[in-house]
Amino acid sequence: MVEVNLWSGLRPLADGKDKVEVEAETVGEVLSGLVQAHPGLQDAIDAGVSVAVDGRVIASSLTEPVKPDSEVFLMQRLKGG
Amino acid sequence: MALDNMKTTGFTQVGTTPNRPDGLDKVTGRARFGADVTAPGMLHAVIVRSPHAHARIKRIDTSKAEALAGVKGIVTRADFATGLTGENWNILENVMASDTALYDGHAVAAVAATSALTARDAAKLVEVEYEILPHVTDVDKAMAPDAPVIRAGAADGSVPEGQHPNVVRYHESGHGDVQAGFDEADLVIEDHFTTEATHQGYIEPHACLGILGGDGKGELWCCTQGHWNVQKICAALLGLETANLRVTASEIGGGFGGKTAVFIEPVALALARKTNKPVKLVMPRADVFKATGPTASTSMDIKIGMKKDGTITAAQGVFRLQGGAFPGAPADMTAMCAFAPYALSNVHQVGYDVMSNRPKQAAYRAPGSPMAAFAVESVIDELCGQLGLDPIEVRLKNASKEGTKASYGPTFQRIGLVETLEAAKAHPHYSAPLKPGQGRGISCGFWFNHGGETAVSLALSEDGTAQLAVGTPDIGGSRASMALMAAEELGIPYENIRVTIADTATLGYNEVSHGSRVTYASGLATIEAARDAVKKLCGRAAAKWGIPEDAVKWENGCAVPSGPNAGDFDPLPMAEITANMGATGGPIVGHFEATPEGAGVSFATHIVDAEVDPETGKTSVVRYTVVQDAGKAIHPTYVEGQFQGGAAQGIGWALNEEYIYGDDGRLQNALFLDYRIPVASDLPMIDTVIIEVPNPGHPYGVRGVGETSICPPLAAIANAVSAAAAVRLRQLPMSPPRILEALEQKRDG
Repeated sequence: MVEVNLWSGLRPLADGKDKVEVEAETVGEVLSGLVQAHPGLQDAIDAGVSVAVDGRVIASSLTEPVKPDSEVFLMQRLKGG
Repeated sequence: MALDNMKTTGFTQVGTTPNRPDGLDKVTGRARFGADVTAPGMLHAVIVRSPHAHARIKRIDTSKAEALAGVKGIVTRADFATGLTGENWNILENVMASDTALYDGHAVAAVAATSALTARDAAKLVEVEYEILPHVTDVDKAMAPDAPVIRAGAADGSVPEGQHPNVVRYHESGHGDVQAGFDEADLVIEDHFTTEATHQGYIEPHACLGILGGDGKGELWCCTQGHWNVQKICAALLGLETANLRVTASEIGGGFGGKTAVFIEPVALALARKTNKPVKLVMPRADVFKATGPTASTSMDIKIGMKKDGTITAAQGVFRLQGGAFPGAPADMTAMCAFAPYALSNVHQVGYDVMSNRPKQAAYRAPGSPMAAFAVESVIDELCGQLGLDPIEVRLKNASKEGTKASYGPTFQRIGLVETLEAAKAHPHYSAPLKPGQGRGISCGFWFNHGGETAVSLALSEDGTAQLAVGTPDIGGSRASMALMAAEELGIPYENIRVTIADTATLGYNEVSHGSRVTYASGLATIEAARDAVKKLCGRAAAKWGIPEDAVKWENGCAVPSGPNAGDFDPLPMAEITANMGATGGPIVGHFEATPEGAGVSFATHIVDAEVDPETGKTSVVRYTVVQDAGKAIHPTYVEGQFQGGAAQGIGWALNEEYIYGDDGRLQNALFLDYRIPVASDLPMIDTVIIEVPNPGHPYGVRGVGETSICPPLAAIANAVSAAAAVRLRQLPMSPPRILEALEQKRDG
């Protein structure tokens, strides 16, 4: 299981939790696992998110690997100038 | 984790400063910018814009305009695709209003005619009947219970109940217990700050030329930071197949984030489709100000607690961003960047994305971060002042480093903030004496940086030169950097590599030149494409020598046996291999297509000396030093240019630039005469220090440098001005009237 940290604003959509455990080996599976556990997160994820895995911010690639002991944070999608 | 193939020393070309390949074109006028493209039979277009901040469009009568000699076509919203949803709908609504004009300058129709003059005359003949609606342009007023609603239902599920419908996105993050942290502090300061919207101020206005036939096939030339994005959006807004629209990016006269969006290109194509003629559209400067993205304006509350020894015990911030008439203000980025330079056990940040009757905000170098830094770093400066602490020592004491839990959550990998602070502390600027009336300010700044979808192609020529095709428009000298990286890998002279910004039909999708991603992502792709080409070159040499491919290595532009057991062969130069490549297996082309995800964050520290004239309120920036972590400077001169450019734009933002709206909701200063960006005489020589803490996610350690340089200036200048004037400035810009007002309030107690 991978522990995924949510930003505080998502808690109302995840039964008040700020950490959710999902079965995942990739960033894509993290996202699908979150939606499976808490369907209310679907819109927020569809709106665009990044996933920080062990400090690396993954903006797009769903195939990036995730390990059970990885530090995983869901973040809002980054946009630059 | 560092890349296996990382190289951080032993460079022969990277780190040198050759002339830029586009330099001669630009100084001789040969470079073709957006407005320089022409086509036989071309028409000229003008957009009709709303003069009202908020108005229902009751009727558009184009009959008089159509009757004018030379007018060939007029489009309104009815000429675009229907049934769009989500962001495509938002973009179309901004490109051409449907039933409501949402801001002064919102497009409602467009005319194409045989001359620009005729098009302008015809635009005046388009009759639009409006029903004027209540408007709001201020962020705090837009959140108030009695504010007019810009668009009901625009908010997403992130917004807590009870907020005004103009609040359309909400962000909240942090960790620890901020109240407990404040209780531990010896001093807590809480302050309110505001910043006004500023424009990116690129010198080249938006311009394009569109061709679109009845068969749905088209061509578009435009000045943009991302032509694949333009292609995708235009196809959606016009109901085209993406591959049937080929988009070519012109040279670009500045973007800074403002040309990541689409404004006029779908209009030119719609007119081209309607008239079956090429249509050229060049925005007048006033239209650029009124209808392309400035930054968000902000209203911010910051509270920070500090111990007497300088330890920050807790920090919290509320950031309200006015983003114009559409969702998208970077409230989340603002909140996440705000406290990122500091290792905090207790931190909490909230961001509100608020709609108003202004143009849709667009990205501007590190969107959101400069405003956040202004507020946060001002409070830290106040705390240092009241506790009698050195501002750099306090920042060093609290600085984020590798292993720090970032204020926005994740743990930092290798970062270079401490190195920038140490370099700033050691710089002669920091200890130089100040004259009476002068003040010194410092600030740190943070930005995420970005990778993104990237594709490049490196084709070798028979004479041993190489043609590199990249898909990221060159907004800061990137062609020089790409050529240096390719030359480094191939072992051939920099001058033997020509870099072209390819059109959308030539390469796979390339994300926009944004997020300081070009030297990182296209650079990484260039290195990998060159390594791909080298592998193929080694393969050809191996075949010639009759040895295994892995028995050949590449050194100094030649294939050589990889060891004594591989055989005794003279080095085989690249030109000798490519001369016969057609007969030895065909053309040699290196490729790379991927989405690099190791951009690595970046930090900077700025030192500013300012002098304030108490009689006029005028501020002079008398000395400025930028210290920033570049990871690895590929072309140090252009890295320094990015540092200086960010500082220069920050000086304008801090001291003079602002969108000024009248009570009628109309923009009052839509010209450079009234919207004052810095000119050369406003700026000191901006000194630079390049720090190189390699980014483990790039083969040479590159970090993006284009945006972080604008994060500290607002705060550093505000701290310097506040010291010089002996009064805290909490509102930007710190224009002479505002400084005089602050001085007067201080005198009045």
